[in-house]
Amino acid sequence: MKLDQKRRVFLKGSVAATSVGFAVGAGLLTPSAVLAAWNKSAFEAKAVDKAIGGALGNPTTSPSDKISIKAPDIAENGAVVPVSIKADLDGVTEIALLVEKNANPLSAIFHLPKGTLPDVSTRVKMGKTGDVIAVVKANGKLYSARKSVKVTIGGCGG
Amino acid sequence: MSLSRREFLRLMGLAGAAGLLPTSAFAAARKPSDLYEIPAFGNVTLLHMTDCHAQLNPIYFREPSVNLGIGAAKGRPPHLVGKHFLQYYGIEPGSIEAHAFTYLDYVELARKYGKVGGFAHLATLVKRLRAERGDGKTLLLDGGDTWQGSGTAFWTRGKDMVGACNLLGVDVMTGHWEFTYLEKEVIANIQEFKGEFVAQNVSVNEDALFDYAFADFEGFDEDSGLAFKPYTIKIVGGMKVAVIGQAFPYTPIANPRRFIPDWTFGIKDEHMQATVNQVRESEEPDLVVVLSHNGMDVDLKMASRVSGIDVIFGGHTHDGVPKPVVVSNKGGKTLVTNAGSNGKFLAVMDLEVSKGRLKDYRYRLVPVFANLLPADPEMQAYIDKVRAPYKDKLEQKLAVADELLYRRGNFNGTFDQVICDALREVKDAQISLSPGFRWGTTVLPGQEITLDNVMDQTCITYPETYRREMTGKDIKDILEDVCDNLFNPDPYYQQGGDMVRVGGMDYVCNPTEKMGRRISNMTLDDGTPVEANKKYVVAGWATVNSQAPGRPIWEVVSEYLERQGTVKIKKLNTPRLVGVKGNPGLGS
Amino acid sequence: MAKTIKIRAKAKDGVTTVKSLITHPMETGLRKNKKTGKLIPAHFIQEVVCKHNGKEVINCEWGASISKNPYLAFKFKGGKKGDTIELSWKDNTGQSDSITTKIR
Repeated sequence: MKLDQKRRVFLKGSVAATSVGFAVGAGLLTPSAVLAAWNKSAFEAKAVDKAIGGALGNPTTSPSDKISIKAPDIAENGAVVPVSIKADLDGVTEIALLVEKNANPLSAIFHLPKGTLPDVSTRVKMGKTGDVIAVVKANGKLYSARKSVKVTIGGCGG
Repeated sequence: MSLSRREFLRLMGLAGAAGLLPTSAFAAARKPSDLYEIPAFGNVTLLHMTDCHAQLNPIYFREPSVNLGIGAAKGRPPHLVGKHFLQYYGIEPGSIEAHAFTYLDYVELARKYGKVGGFAHLATLVKRLRAERGDGKTLLLDGGDTWQGSGTAFWTRGKDMVGACNLLGVDVMTGHWEFTYLEKEVIANIQEFKGEFVAQNVSVNEDALFDYAFADFEGFDEDSGLAFKPYTIKIVGGMKVAVIGQAFPYTPIANPRRFIPDWTFGIKDEHMQATVNQVRESEEPDLVVVLSHNGMDVDLKMASRVSGIDVIFGGHTHDGVPKPVVVSNKGGKTLVTNAGSNGKFLAVMDLEVSKGRLKDYRYRLVPVFANLLPADPEMQAYIDKVRAPYKDKLEQKLAVADELLYRRGNFNGTFDQVICDALREVKDAQISLSPGFRWGTTVLPGQEITLDNVMDQTCITYPETYRREMTGKDIKDILEDVCDNLFNPDPYYQQGGDMVRVGGMDYVCNPTEKMGRRISNMTLDDGTPVEANKKYVVAGWATVNSQAPGRPIWEVVSEYLERQGTVKIKKLNTPRLVGVKGNPGLGS
Repeated sequence: MAKTIKIRAKAKDGVTTVKSLITHPMETGLRKNKKTGKLIPAHFIQEVVCKHNGKEVINCEWGASISKNPYLAFKFKGGKKGDTIELSWKDNTGQSDSITTKIR
């Protein structure tokens, strides 16, 4: 458990690290209480870069073809768009999933302990046509990829 | 058919006439004595039909006069119509093939050459080719859209077509409109089908995977999550042929998701590549083909991105394309075909295959003229049997056509206008909307319009009509959305249907513009501009998202036709096109 | 407990794949009740944690734009038939649930 806790503190990133780290170290907080520190500011951010910065500590990412996003070209249902993110990178500790055109772009942050593969799937709501963005933190560096998903009224097919 | 082929030809004064004889790319140096004499070649023959839309009997089907290609697709197959088409393929104007492939002089030539398609006539052709090629040397592929499109298919939930395909000897199929029945009906029909149903791009979705009703269905694979077998291996002419299925990728968008809630689709070209690689490695086939319902533009793009496929036999967009398009990709070259619709054509590809390599081929897209191919008695008896319970109802005469009634084309056809007019009149609406399907048969001037014809144009499993208020903006949004599904320069964002048909309203359309900017100048029939914030009463049918409250569209159209007696189009609500002058996909 | 979660964990070739589905409305707080016209309060899962034999293998923070009845799938190295997998969630209103299953 000890190692696990330390990892978590590390994962939580820059600013909060010291104080939370202290709290955990001092036995004041259980791991589940650490978990409760839901990243409010990142999830409530309206701009993509603010959301990324809030989620992963830095708004600047380098595009990478090592990340593959599996999402439909045209969504079958904008309310349920399946997205899978896979990274062919070592040392991945976090994956953030964003929907560019949503009012609050950040959808999810996945924290991956060592041994967990950078390969996660979930489903997101998309109000309109736009990009799904994946940001992957690997060995402390941020990489990103995008995939356009069209949201359509549908109907009238041949 | 009482006339023999030879008698018919003599009677028509066609035998030996230039009109009948292909003088071009189709023709070998020697002139065949009839349209269906196709010299054998190679060691494997693949027969391909697609999008027959349940047309068991011969019908008329007019090819489009508007089939615009935008961006890179401009002026390239399949976006050629009329004389541009004839020039491109070197087909003689006025010939029987010019008639089969284009709309030119349609009425005159349709009267001369007669109806096309019909399973009894198709069966004769298939049997003849199979006999000529020899036992075990042919494979019959059906690209789908087989179980929908006629009254009998609708009332038997596609079963009449399953029986007809079993009799015809279809070996492998994939689907699209097949998925507009309920999941359990789809599974039951596939189980009754004697061939194999393949689709590499249909998965059981996340919700259903935990508690899937068809977990025991043999096509389902829990590990991959695929709902159907992705491919099958057939031995043809001693060669190992892999047939990979590609169902219509946007079925739950273009058609109701509510009928097939457990299944999810998509182009999934990465999975296609993985499947091709796996098949090539583990099965060591001599030939890899894809039976696709992507639509031709999507197939062309997929062929450029996926390598290792020898031939993509395509459908969905109903393009009668006489020659395969050769597409280069990382692994070499892939042939892409499209074989028309409504039972009008049978594609015949003779291939020379040896040790895992396609060496050479010959391709013919053969029009099925009912007068030139006697009906196969066994198939005819079957058709008569399945039609018997519905015959009187279907052959009921509703009105007489005063002019040519057809649908196919990017914008309103005349039969669409009849449907739109019927919706407006019977449902008392200012504006009507009708889907731009590519199926729907043609009625010649002077012909009686029967319920058969109406069902050919309208029978779907979500036929309910609606009458509701919409703002001008709502209507424009719908038009823009559908227009983008048709003219988005990236084929992967197209859905392969034509533009939504409108009644009581005109507009200007610039297909080359971006989404949201293609539609302008919307006006009512009296010239009043349609205002964004004003509300209009709109009638329509075929709602995809939820069931509409009104009675089925065929009842509305039938009522209107009976009232009319003689059907004349007062005004064709086709948009004024800008930005496409000189486009070879635009007829005169 | 665990009425809201469906889970499957399967080990193959040294990798365990976990797939789970949670029944939850995932209300954004931006949607209006059609009858009353009032906003439906935000109600969404914020955290999902999964443990393998007591050791955390994924920890997710979610926003309200994750779809209704959320789905989560991921993979981790190791894990064998019979090992324990525990998955739990907690939402913004303090509700939570968890489930324990065995790797197949």
